[in-house]
Amino acid sequence: MRHVFTQRGTEYQSKTFARALIFVLLLWAATLLGPSLQAQESPYIVTYDHYLEEPGSLEVEYFSTFGTQRGGNDFHAFWAEFEYGATAWWTTEVYLDGQTTFNDSTIFTGFRWENRFRILQREHFINPVLYIEYEQISGADKILKEIEGHDIEESNADPNSLARQEHNHEIETKLLLSKTFNGWNIAENTIATKNVTGGNPWEFGYAIGASRPLALKARAKRCSLCPENFVAGVELYGDLGDRHSFGLHETSHYLAPVIAWNLPSDWTLRLSSGFGLNDNSHRLLLRWGVSREFSGFGSAMARLFGARQ
Amino acid sequence: MMFETVRGTTSQLRLYRVKSSLNMTERNPRRGCPFKLPALAVVLSLAVIRVAAQTKSGPVSEPVKNGDPVYAELAKAPKKAAARRNPLATDPEAVAAGEKLFASHCAECHGELAQGGKKAPSLVAAEVQHASPGSLFWLLTNGVVRRGMPVWSKLPEPQRWQLVSFIKSLAPVPASTQGGDQSPHP
Repeated sequence: MRHVFTQRGTEYQSKTFARALIFVLLLWAATLLGPSLQAQESPYIVTYDHYLEEPGSLEVEYFSTFGTQRGGNDFHAFWAEFEYGATAWWTTEVYLDGQTTFNDSTIFTGFRWENRFRILQREHFINPVLYIEYEQISGADKILKEIEGHDIEESNADPNSLARQEHNHEIETKLLLSKTFNGWNIAENTIATKNVTGGNPWEFGYAIGASRPLALKARAKRCSLCPENFVAGVELYGDLGDRHSFGLHETSHYLAPVIAWNLPSDWTLRLSSGFGLNDNSHRLLLRWGVSREFSGFGSAMARLFGARQ
Repeated sequence: MMFETVRGTTSQLRLYRVKSSLNMTERNPRRGCPFKLPALAVVLSLAVIRVAAQTKSGPVSEPVKNGDPVYAELAKAPKKAAARRNPLATDPEAVAAGEKLFASHCAECHGELAQGGKKAPSLVAAEVQHASPGSLFWLLTNGVVRRGMPVWSKLPEPQRWQLVSFIKSLAPVPASTQGGDQSPHP
C-alpha cells in the first residue's frame, strides 16, 4: 500500500514537472517569434547592477548550477527567467526553478516573482535600485541564486523526498548599489529575507561584483570574437546570519570569476565558477547560462490584448 | 464470482485513489495543483505588461513629434557636460562603429533611420542636430527615465561617443517632414 502511494506521488510529481517544462518551452517558442536585440549584458549571475531591462523588451534566460556536495549527492540546479522591462524604471521577472540531485531525482522546486525599481532618475555617483521578490519554493531548491541566513552546505544534503516537504513563502528585499566608471562596473547588494510561513527571523546576505569589458571601443565591423563582446569580472557572495545571530558564524561564502560573451546573434553566454571560501561552503559551484533579449515584446502583447494601433 | 472479485478490486482501487488524492491534498494543501501558482504569476505578469504597454507616455500609435519634451531634456545638460568635446570626433571608424551600435541598441525605438518612432523621437530633428556633442553624450548617459529612455551608461564611454559621432553625422531634415519615412542621409 505504502509502495503504491509513493509510486502515485512520484507520478504526480513527474507530471507537475513535465507541465512546468512544457509551459517554459511554449513561452520560449513564443518569444522566438519576436524580433531580437543585441544584448550588452553584465557577466554577473548572483550580483545585480543598477541597469534594468529596456522598456518593452523581454529577456529569456536559462541558467544551470552544478554543485558539489559533501555528505550527500552532487546536484544540478537550473532555472528559467523571464525578465521584462515594464518601464525604464521598473523591471519585473518570473523564475521557475528545478533541480536534479544525482542518484536521487529531478524535481520542480518553485517559482519567484521579482521586481526592481530604479529610485533616481539620472546617473549619480552611486545608483540605488530597490529589489522586492516573492518566492514560493520548497526546501529542495538549490539554485543558490541568493545566499542568506545560515545557508550552509550541510543544509543541502537532505534527499529530495525529505527536503521538498518543506514549503517556504519568502519575501526577499535587496538594496542594489552600483556604479560604472571608466568601463568598470562595481556593484554591491545587501539582502534581507523573511520567510513568512513561520516565525523565522529576518535573514541577511550580500553580493559584491566588479566587471569590465575587455575593450571599450566598438569595432566598425560586426564580429563575434571582438574583445568588446566579452565582459569579465568577479563576484563575492555569501550569507550573514539572521536577526538573532548576525555575523559570519555558520555562514558560507564564495568567490567566483565570471565572464559573459555577448554575441552579435543576440545571444549572451555566461560562465562562472564559484569556489567555497570556508568549510561551510560547497567546494565548487559551476554555473553557466544562456539568454536572449527580445525587443518589442510589450508592443506585441499590447496588440494581442487589443491596444489601439 | 470472478467478475464480482474483479469489480470489488476495481472499486477498492478507485476508493484508494480517491483516498490517496484526498490524503495528498490534506498533507500538502499547496500540492493540490501546484502548477496554478506559476500560471497565476505569469498571468499577473502579462497583465502588468499590458498595463505598462498602454500607459507609456503618449498614444501607442502616434509617432513622437517635434517639440517633444524629450528634446527639452537636452537643454538640462549641465554646462560642463554640454561643453565636453567628442574625443572620437576625428576617429575615421567612429561613425561606422556608432552606426553598428545604433542598430543594436537604439533603432528599435528611434527607427532604423533615426527618423523617430512610436516610442521615441527623431534624432534627425534640428533640436538634436543642433545640440552639442556633450549634451547628447550627457543625455545618453543619463537617459530620460520618466519618458521611457533608459540610461546607457552601461555602454563604455568610448561607445557612447561613437554613438554621438553617428547621430551627429545624420543630416537634419525640415521639421514638417519628420516622423515619416524620410532618409536621414544627406
